[in-house]
Amino acid sequence: MSAPDIARWPRISVGAIAGLAFVLLLPFIVRLLFGPSEKYYLHLLIQILIWAFIYTSWALMGRFGLTSLGHGAFTGIGAYVTVLLWNFAGITPWIGIPVAILMSTVVGVLIGYPCFSLRITGHYFGLLTLALTEFVRLCIVGLRDYTGGSLGTQPRRYGDGISLYALQFEPDRMLAYYVAVALWLFGLFVWWRVDRSMDRYALDAASQDEDAASSVGINVTREKLKITALSSGMCALGGAIFAQYQMYIGPDTIAGLGVSLNMVFAVVSGGVWVMLGPTVGAIFTQVLSEVLRVAIQGSATLKSALGSAALALDSLIYGLLLILFIIYMPKGILGTILERRKRRRS
Amino acid sequence: MDCQLDIFFLEALLNGILLAGLLALLALGLNLVFGVIDVVWICYAELVMVGMYGVHFSYKAGAPFLLAAAIGIAIVAVAGALLHVLVIRPVLDSEPINQLLVTGGVLFFLQAAATMAFGIEFRNIGISMGSANVADMSFSKSRIVSFVVALVSMLGLWLFLRRSYIGTAIRAIAQDRQIMPLMGVDSRKIYIVTSAIGGGLAGLAATLMVLNYDIYPQIGLQFGPLVFMICVLGGLGNMVGGFVAAFIISQFIAVGSSCFHTEWGYAVAFLFFMIAIFVRPQGLFGGKS
Repeated sequence: MSAPDIARWPRISVGAIAGLAFVLLLPFIVRLLFGPSEKYYLHLLIQILIWAFIYTSWALMGRFGLTSLGHGAFTGIGAYVTVLLWNFAGITPWIGIPVAILMSTVVGVLIGYPCFSLRITGHYFGLLTLALTEFVRLCIVGLRDYTGGSLGTQPRRYGDGISLYALQFEPDRMLAYYVAVALWLFGLFVWWRVDRSMDRYALDAASQDEDAASSVGINVTREKLKITALSSGMCALGGAIFAQYQMYIGPDTIAGLGVSLNMVFAVVSGGVWVMLGPTVGAIFTQVLSEVLRVAIQGSATLKSALGSAALALDSLIYGLLLILFIIYMPKGILGTILERRKRRRS
Repeated sequence: MDCQLDIFFLEALLNGILLAGLLALLALGLNLVFGVIDVVWICYAELVMVGMYGVHFSYKAGAPFLLAAAIGIAIVAVAGALLHVLVIRPVLDSEPINQLLVTGGVLFFLQAAATMAFGIEFRNIGISMGSANVADMSFSKSRIVSFVVALVSMLGLWLFLRRSYIGTAIRAIAQDRQIMPLMGVDSRKIYIVTSAIGGGLAGLAATLMVLNYDIYPQIGLQFGPLVFMICVLGGLGNMVGGFVAAFIISQFIAVGSSCFHTEWGYAVAFLFFMIAIFVRPQGLFGGKS
């Protein structure tokens, strides 16, 4: 692990300000460059930002060796609780989302507490959280009278589809983009706060040697529970916003094993130990699948050669890259770049 | 539908036992690999899927079923050894979770490769054995065959590990990874052999699965989590534990599914699993953790 920059304020550097300005101006750049197809590019950017937030939430835990394979459970709870409360009880997402976050946090703590106090780590923790995500997915499918089973369901549209009360903004892509940016910045802010906190050092210590950490007075279970509660709550928020934007939720798009594993791998590819690593992971994975999809759609020869098989080409390359990443670049894209730069500087 | 202690319940119970044989066999290969190499193959179910396609297409190409089964088993055994050499060995000394994640990459890869090669449609091998009827209860014969084969192969593995020289070496490596190489056991070779046997067991399970289920590229996600759960419940690496755990879990599924909807049977099994792990973190029959 790289040497910590102790209690530093965020480097309000030229780079950070330029980066933020770029992100905020991006929709206008897109409009200038791509005019008629701006909706498509904005959609891609919004997806990247929402997933970047979810990945960042996962990485809050993942960076401390708490490799959960079950965060799909939390995004699923976030999405489904919010949408079901709205569809069946008419409760606005402004109340629904806090309820969903609370439920998700409770589930996170319920699964986390025994895990941490019994010191279930490594393989066992991964497989246990994997069981959690399956459990939640099965519950969603089982409650098919409300959730639409494996076909998924849609939040009931309110008025013309743009409403503050119903938290619906999907038709206005510009608005949706800034909602996603706000969400993403919130994720980075939480990361930064955690990074500067004492808890971070406690958790770093605990992830390296639990006995040593507790011998210097760190309540390991409590520290781990705190970060789990935070991470699971944030994932629920991410899932809920994803649902509000997509206006569709399905057990395989927002809950379940596939989502959980994607989360882990996107973060690993970007870099789990650096603030923007999960974001880079989100960009990398989303752009990769889009580029491949467009390349196949655009080229008649590829399309006829591959046929329906083209659908799976992106996951094939994705899987292959993941294997290579973990073997040759376990710090991820951004982690490796930053490390190289640091080494060159020193 | 409410649950009564009647003949349907008994039928569900017995079907659960038959299912357990298959699940126990599935868990066996994973447990062997974990116990010896200390690596969890997250892509284990996908190896089974590869084996299922192998058996399916060999049979469709005109091979008699037993030959098709042998081809399927051989394919997965080779795949298991390749998985070890190409993917696991480079990360053998890094953090355990990396080993788990790298096989996750293999999961995506195999699933996508199967989708590209075979399409997403459901395939059925089209061998129907019919069903046996005993006192108003009906049992699919292919399940009974699977159960028997599973039991016999478990016995076979047990004998192999106990009686053969290489089996002894495998058990020794599992007990102490550091010392055995000093005693002249080539751990690299043992790991490859173990991976091939683990793969072969996955292939055998695949042969039996083909008789009972349709094949499609995502089938691994259907039973993969279940197999991991059984292994953990029995204590990862503990083969007898996995065997017993398979019976417990399959009862939840069979009885739960007959009383309620199928998903609820599975959901209850997963819930039971989570609670059981909290009560006994080392697995129900845990020796080593």
